[in-house]
Amino acid sequence: MNQAANQTTNQTTSAVKPGRREIVVVEKLVTQYGDKVILKGIDLCIEEGEIRVIMGGSGSGKSTLLWHIVGLYEPTAGRVLVMGKDIHRISFLEKLELLWKIGVSFQNGALFSDMTVGENVALPLREFTDLDEKTIQIIVRMKLEVVNLGGYEDYYPSQLSGGMVKRAALARAIVRDPALLLFDEPSAGLDPILAAELDELILQLRKAMGMTMIVVTHDLDSAFTIADKITFLHDGKILMTGTPEEVKNADNPIIQAMIQRKPLNASVDPEKYLQRLTRALSGQ
Amino acid sequence: MAMRALIEALGARVVQAIERFGFGVSLLFESIYWLIVGPRYKQRVHLWQIAEEFRKIGVNATFIVNGLSVVVGMMLAIQLLYALSDFGAESQVLLAIAKSVTREFSPLITGIIVAGRSGAALAAKIGSQVVNQEVDALKVMGIVPVRFLVLPPLIAMVLALPMLIILADISGIFGGALFSVGKMDMTLAAYMKASLDVLVLSDVMQGLIKSVVFAVIIALVGATMGLQVKGGAEGVGRATTQAVVISITLIVITDMIFSYFLTQ
Repeated sequence: MNQAANQTTNQTTSAVKPGRREIVVVEKLVTQYGDKVILKGIDLCIEEGEIRVIMGGSGSGKSTLLWHIVGLYEPTAGRVLVMGKDIHRISFLEKLELLWKIGVSFQNGALFSDMTVGENVALPLREFTDLDEKTIQIIVRMKLEVVNLGGYEDYYPSQLSGGMVKRAALARAIVRDPALLLFDEPSAGLDPILAAELDELILQLRKAMGMTMIVVTHDLDSAFTIADKITFLHDGKILMTGTPEEVKNADNPIIQAMIQRKPLNASVDPEKYLQRLTRALSGQ
Repeated sequence: MAMRALIEALGARVVQAIERFGFGVSLLFESIYWLIVGPRYKQRVHLWQIAEEFRKIGVNATFIVNGLSVVVGMMLAIQLLYALSDFGAESQVLLAIAKSVTREFSPLITGIIVAGRSGAALAAKIGSQVVNQEVDALKVMGIVPVRFLVLPPLIAMVLALPMLIILADISGIFGGALFSVGKMDMTLAAYMKASLDVLVLSDVMQGLIKSVVFAVIIALVGATMGLQVKGGAEGVGRATTQAVVISITLIVITDMIFSYFLTQ
């Protein structure tokens, strides 16, 4: 496994092509809560215009990695450079400036329930710009149109379906025309058709606006559809980074287990299972 | 074994209480900090947010606060007329009601009602925003959550509570008058005028000083419990209940301490 991790680091470094700007660089990132180490020395490099999917099983640390990139979590060690700036070591105003160029789409939308969809999308503009109300309304309508939610400005999030909430959240994430767009489990809780529509929307957005995107997901179909490159995380370490084709053909058993939806452990011996249950019952 | 578990549980509760107290105090300083420096860092507190919170905390509570104050005034009149009649001192009812309502009952009743209504609502709102990642969404947009979620209700609470208490003072005395005028052979207008005559500025000020402290307690306890929510929807329910219990407990204790020092 260590071999795989080393191989990955090499792949990550070699993936940086001269001439293309590195939007996100993660160096030796370690995160620890108490005794539990979540990320164990992550090295990652994401280039401008790329769609990078971060995959892995539950608890592999993929969402934690995402929240470090946007500065929500403080690293125990290592650093995260976003557009050349260490997001955890810059001044408040520099961070504001940097966050202006980043959009985040949360797993459950994270729309403000006491605001309409239009107010949600307009919030960053109202907070940080001097734009007049008419211009803000035009921008909001335009962004909602981009995510096929035109006419839903006055609806409250509770009046929308799961897929619509995700699209509204996406509209809020792109309202500032960010250079970097982050998604946390965009297709979670959506049926396959809606998930495919969202994938299509992500690809259209990249084509139209040239954004760099980081997508955290464990949805295989989605990952293989949208990714330029996939970084595969397991137990806080990167197993490999490669194109979808390279990941599909990887000979790593953990990656293959994930792709083929197979349990990682061999089938359980009924005798041992019974013994384990007996031990648990007797409190040993 | 059971004793040890009990002590451990008690110790954990004490540590949690100290930690929450520290969080609440830091929240107060953070709120003051962002109120002062906010405009310099694009973190302005919006007037519309304060006005909206004022409407919810103050305007919407007017009816219930005044209604209960009338009832409390009447209850005081019933008890005082009964107790003082033994000494033939029914004429002192007016003085006793006016002083006890303005100094004690109005701030206490109003504080408890606002803690039950708005303190609980604040804890529930912020708690569900934490659970739904709305607080994280604010952070990644560059909006400081304390400035956006805590400061507006805190300011509104500090403005609304004194106003509610002045209204409660009037309603409480009016409630006392409703029951007393018949027994004391006075007109309502004469009773109200006589009540105003016996009151001095310090009586009303006692209530108003307490109200500001109660407002800060209610807002900070609600925000602290909301921001520290753990465990999804159930956690939000727990935080809401705890916010009300802690707020009311602190209000009653603070009231007693203030009453002692302000009457020395």
